[in-house]
Amino acid sequence: MTDITTDTHWGIPGTYVFDLALSQQGYAINKMCNSLKTQANRDLYLADEEAYMTAYQLTEAQKDAIRQRDWLRLTQLGGNLFFFLKLAATLGYGLYQIGAEMRGESYEAFMQTRRVAGAV
Amino acid sequence: MAKIVAGIGSSHVPSIGRAYDQHKQTDPAWQPLFDGYQPVKQWLAEEVKADVVILVYNDHGTEFFLDRYPTFALGVADRYQIADEGYGKRPLPEFEGHAAFSRHLANQLVADEFDLTLCQEMALDHGFLTAMPLLWQHSDNDWPVKVVPLLVNVIQHPLPSGRRCYKLGQALKRAIESWPEDLRVAIVGTGGLSHQLNGERFGFINEQWDQQWMQRIQTEPEALADLSHKEVMTAAGAEGGEVIMWLVMRGAMAAQVEEVHRFYYAPMTTGIGLLALQNG
Repeated sequence: MTDITTDTHWGIPGTYVFDLALSQQGYAINKMCNSLKTQANRDLYLADEEAYMTAYQLTEAQKDAIRQRDWLRLTQLGGNLFFFLKLAATLGYGLYQIGAEMRGESYEAFMQTRRVAGAV
Repeated sequence: MAKIVAGIGSSHVPSIGRAYDQHKQTDPAWQPLFDGYQPVKQWLAEEVKADVVILVYNDHGTEFFLDRYPTFALGVADRYQIADEGYGKRPLPEFEGHAAFSRHLANQLVADEFDLTLCQEMALDHGFLTAMPLLWQHSDNDWPVKVVPLLVNVIQHPLPSGRRCYKLGQALKRAIESWPEDLRVAIVGTGGLSHQLNGERFGFINEQWDQQWMQRIQTEPEALADLSHKEVMTAAGAEGGEVIMWLVMRGAMAAQVEEVHRFYYAPMTTGIGLLALQNG
């Protein structure tokens, strides 16, 4: 797990502050996700995820986090949520599914923590 | 000369855009939000009647990539497009800019030591789009107000400090008021309030902090401008750090402001705040 940036100087629990070091580490992830702003690229991604990830030179750990849809690990590896939401949209995952996974909860359990769960 | 006629703080949340586009204005979960904005929308249409709005926002990895990320960027175009954030474009009309006014702002702000990135093309994502239809009634083809987008980096640290954003607002006020023609200018600071979309702390909200923010930004903005990013992000969540964009708006207003309207709703993962101010 040497490829995880341990965010110590901010000292905010459960938080991976997207600074320049993390941004550099996750650059390939975010560059790939940034390309998914067009339907043509989203179609290409869905047609062959492995080839698309390889074309953007993701590391094996980054590819594996995406294969597992492990959004917390992707964050730890430098993926920025605002970029990987485009990947999530391509794959049919919503923000609150991602959030529940990051918290280590089921979607249903997470939604029970919200004040007005109908506002989605 | 140009005059600042309204200062507004407003959160930006993608789900609000979806609810708007899907006509959920009377959905029980969403009606409080749309009703909460209505008095400000009415005030803007009937009393403020702004010619142009300077809207301070951040891009969410849509138009600006990390290969060269600006700290501050100003639109200087005649038109601005709607961005595709991964779901297709929202069905909103494109925006008409005010390029001559933008050029004036750019010249004044750079002379005033704010070295902005200047953009002839900008597609606008939910950071910009969320507040617009809640505050101004558009038709199928256009908006009743011209726009000047002003981007602040709040996604990749180092972010500009709250103090720097407040000073940018003060410089913006000087720049606006040196425009020789009559022009009614509204300024909107977007983002916040408390929320966190990152890590195991996803979903963190601090309603008490949000309420204090909306009060203190009126009476003691200098104290808020002195908060560190760590202090804000600890109290208001990692993405709550966006509130520095409200300080650009506040810096552009007079020392004394009057609250016209305030609304707060925190249904899901963001403390959604709306604050409408006028100069006292």
